[in-house]
Amino acid sequence: MRIKLETRAEPSQLMGYLSPLLAAALTIVAGFILFSLLGKNPLQAFYTFFVHPIRDLNGVAELLLKASPLMLIAVGLACGYRANVWNIGAEGQLVLGAIFAGGVALHFYGSESKLVLPAMVIAGAIGGMLWAAIPALLRTRFNTNEILVSLMLVYVANLLLSWLVNGPWRDPEGFNFPQTKQFTESALYPALIAGTRLNVGFLISLAAVAAGYVFLNRSFKGFQMRVGGLADAAAKYAGFNANAMIWLGLLLGGGAAGIAGMGEVAGPIGQLLPSVSPGYGFAAIIVAFVGRLHPVGILLASLLMSLLYLGGEAAQMGLNLPSAMTGLFQGMLLFFLLGSDVFINYRIKLIRPLAAKPQMKEVTA
Amino acid sequence: MTSQIEMSHTSGHPRIELRGITKIYPAVVANKDVSLTAMPGEIHAVLGENGAGKSTLMKMIYGVVKPDAGEMLWEGKLVTVANPAYARELGIGMVFQHFSLFETLTVVDNVALALPGKPELGELAQRIETVSQKYGLPVDPRRLVHSLSVGERQRVEIIRCLLVNPKLLIMDEPTSVLTPQAVRKLFETLRQLASEGCTILYISHKLDEIQELCTNATVLRGGQVTGHCDPRRETPASMARMMIGKDLPHPQHGAPKTGEPRLVLAGLNRESSDPFGTDLKDLQLTVHSGEIVGIAGVSGNGQQEMLAAISGEEPLAEKHPVLICGVEAGRMNAARRRELGMCFVPEERLGRGAVPRMSLADNALLTAHRRGFVKSGMIRFAEVKAFADTCIKDYNVKCAGSQSEAKSLSGGNLQKFIVGREIMQKPKVLVVAQPTWGVDVGAAAFIRQKIIDLRNEGVAILVLSEELDELFEISDRLVVIAKGRLSPAKPIKETNVEEIGVWMSGMWPDGGDPAHFSPASEGVKNAH
Repeated sequence: MRIKLETRAEPSQLMGYLSPLLAAALTIVAGFILFSLLGKNPLQAFYTFFVHPIRDLNGVAELLLKASPLMLIAVGLACGYRANVWNIGAEGQLVLGAIFAGGVALHFYGSESKLVLPAMVIAGAIGGMLWAAIPALLRTRFNTNEILVSLMLVYVANLLLSWLVNGPWRDPEGFNFPQTKQFTESALYPALIAGTRLNVGFLISLAAVAAGYVFLNRSFKGFQMRVGGLADAAAKYAGFNANAMIWLGLLLGGGAAGIAGMGEVAGPIGQLLPSVSPGYGFAAIIVAFVGRLHPVGILLASLLMSLLYLGGEAAQMGLNLPSAMTGLFQGMLLFFLLGSDVFINYRIKLIRPLAAKPQMKEVTA
Repeated sequence: MTSQIEMSHTSGHPRIELRGITKIYPAVVANKDVSLTAMPGEIHAVLGENGAGKSTLMKMIYGVVKPDAGEMLWEGKLVTVANPAYARELGIGMVFQHFSLFETLTVVDNVALALPGKPELGELAQRIETVSQKYGLPVDPRRLVHSLSVGERQRVEIIRCLLVNPKLLIMDEPTSVLTPQAVRKLFETLRQLASEGCTILYISHKLDEIQELCTNATVLRGGQVTGHCDPRRETPASMARMMIGKDLPHPQHGAPKTGEPRLVLAGLNRESSDPFGTDLKDLQLTVHSGEIVGIAGVSGNGQQEMLAAISGEEPLAEKHPVLICGVEAGRMNAARRRELGMCFVPEERLGRGAVPRMSLADNALLTAHRRGFVKSGMIRFAEVKAFADTCIKDYNVKCAGSQSEAKSLSGGNLQKFIVGREIMQKPKVLVVAQPTWGVDVGAAAFIRQKIIDLRNEGVAILVLSEELDELFEISDRLVVIAKGRLSPAKPIKETNVEEIGVWMSGMWPDGGDPAHFSPASEGVKNAH
C-alpha cells in the first residue's frame, strides 16, 4: 500500500474551515507529548496552560485584553494579504504607533483634555501608516519586495524606540531606567470592567473587526483587492489600479498596527518602555492565517493566540517552564496549520500495489 | 479498410490497436471504453470537439498519461507504455499542439536534448539537414529557436520526431498555427511519410482538412467513440453531426451599415517588453460603428502586444496613437478606456477574463460594475446577481448558478459568460480575441451570431482570430497582422483565403521593409 497526494478537482471548502481546527488539535497532541517528555503530568500541565488562566473574571479580562491588539492587527493585515500584499512588519508599525501616541501623551503631559486620547489614536495610526508607507513606496517605485523591507524596518523601529527611551524622552526622575514618564489619566484608556485591566481599546478592536468585515466582503475596494490577490492579470484586465492596492493594503495594516501600539502604551503599559509588545505584530500574522483571513475567523483565532500568551506565562509560574513555551506553541500552531492546509487542495489516496505479490521488507528492530 | 493496408508491411497486424481505453480524472471522464485501430501507412484522423478527449487519448499512447483501464497492442503485441522514452523506443513520435522548444537554444541543441545519449552536434546538424531536405521541411539547424517563425518551429518538432524513424507519428492540431500555404506543405510531408509506411494519427476538429488528408477517422464525443468513417466518403456536415450530435447552425450576416469611426489606431508603435515578443510598427487601423473588422494572422506576430495596447492593460507613453470614440486614450488604463465605451473579451478566460476562484456573480462585477452595481463604495449584491443570472440565461451558460466558481465551468461555457458579460454592458466598441477558441461548434455559431447582432445594432467590433474560416464568416473587412505590422484593410468580398494566406506571411502590396519577411515567407515560396 502506497500513500499518494492527489490534486483535488476543486479546493475543499470544508477542509478550509476544518484545517484550523485540525491544526489546533494537532498542536494539543504535540503539546501533550512535549509536556510528557519534560516530565510534567500532561493533564495537569494542560490545565495550567489552557484552563487556569481563564478560571475567573480577571482571567477572562486578561484574555480579551491580549486578544484585542491581535485581532486589530490581524484584520488590518488580512486586508493586504487578500491582495497578495505581504506586510510582515506589523511589529515595527506597532512600535511606531506607540512612539507617535507616546509623543502626543508626553507633549500634553498633565493636560486633562478629553481630546488627548483621540489625538493619540490618530497619532498612533499615522505612525503605523508612515512606517508601512516605506515598503509601499519602495514596492511601487522600485519593485522591491515588501516582505523584506517591512520585516527589516521592525528592527529599525525597535532601535528608534530604544534610542528615544534611553535618550530624549527618558523620564528625568526615573532613576536612569530606560522609560518615559507614566502617562497621566487623560492619556490612558478608561477601564471597561472595574478592577480589571480590560479597557476601551477592546471595543476599538471589535469595531475594527466589523469594519474589516464590511470592507473585505461588502465594499468594491475590498473586492478589487481580492481580485488582485487571486488573479493579477484579471485585475489588470478590469483596470484596477495595482499600485493603489499595494498602498491601501500596507496602509490599512500599518494603521491597524499603529493603533494597536497606541493601545498598549495607553493601556496595560501606560508609558513607553524599550519593549512595548511581546511580539503581537508577528503573532497577528499567525492569527490572520488561522482565522482564514476572515474577520470572524480572526476574532476566534485571536482568542486562541491570546490564550497561548496567558498559558505561556502560567507555565512559567506554575510549571517552571521557560517563557519560550509561548513561542513554541505559536510556532506549532502555524506549522500544523500550513501542514493541514495542504489538504485543501490535495487529498490522500491509498494505492494498492498492482503486482499480486506483496512487497515485504525486512525490518530490523 | 483501404487497400493500401493489405499491401504494406510484415504480418498484417495493425500498427496500433487500442481496446477499451478508459481514463477518469477526479472531475471528468476523459475517455470511456475507447477503441481505435490504425494500420501501417494510414493517416488516421481523431476527430472531436475540444474536450472530447482527443488529447488525453494521444497522451496515453505516448506514455504521458496512464490509462485506468484497457489495453494497447503495438504491432500485434500487448504493451504498456510507461513513459515517453519507452514510446520513442517503440517508434512513436508526437508533435504537441504547444511546442516544447527552448527559445534561447539553437535548433540542433533542441533536437539533441530530445535524443538519447550525447549526440555529436556537427553530425546531428547534417542529419537534420538530410531529413529536412528529404521531407521538404527547410530549417537551418544553427538558428536560434526564438528567431524562427511558428511554422518553422513546428518543422523542428517534426524533424525531431523523424530523426528516430518513427513508425507512428501523432500530430496534435498541427495546423492551428499555420498559414493556409504552410498547411498544404505540411500535408505533402505527411503524405510522403505515410507512403513510406509510417502511421499518422492526426488530431483536429477542422473537417475540411481531415477530408483532404485522412483515409480513416475515429470520432470522439464526450470521451466516447461515436463513430468511424472514411472522411473521403463523408461531407463536413455529416462528420460535424457525428462530432457534435446535431446539425451545424449558420450565422446570418447582412450588409453593414457603417457610421463614424469608433476605434482608431493612428501610428501605434511599441517595443515589446518581452525579449521574444514582437515590436509593433506604425499600426494604422479604423473600425467604424456598425462593422466587424477581422484581424488575421499566425499567432506570435504581434497580436498579444496589439491587444494589450488597445485594451489598456499595457498603456502607452503617448495619448494620440489610440482613439476610442474620438478620445485620445493611449495613456489610459483599461478601466478608463472602458468608461469611454469599450469592452474587451481577452484570449485567456481563466485568470484574465475571469477570476478562477470567484463566483460568476463576482466575475460579472469585475467589469460590469459601472452599470450601477456600486453605491457609495459598497457592492449592490442583488443587482449583480440579477445581471449574472440574466447573462447565464441569455447566453445558455451551463453552470449550477451565479454562485458557481468560474473555474468549475468548461472553457466554452465560461467563454459564453464572458462574451455575454461584455456585450450586456452595451459597448460602443467591442474588441474580441479568439471569440470561439476551444468552444464547441454549436456554441461557436451562437457567439458569432451574437457578435453579428451587436454589429447590426451599430457597435464597432474588432475581432482577432487564428481561424480564417471564422473571420471570413463574420467580418466585413479583413486586416492581416504579420511581424508586428498591419496590412491595409480589404472588404471581405474583394479577397479570398489564398490572398489573405499570402498576406499572413507579411507579403502584401507595399508591405514595407522586405527584410522582415524572409523567415515567414519561406513557407510560401516552398508551397509553389
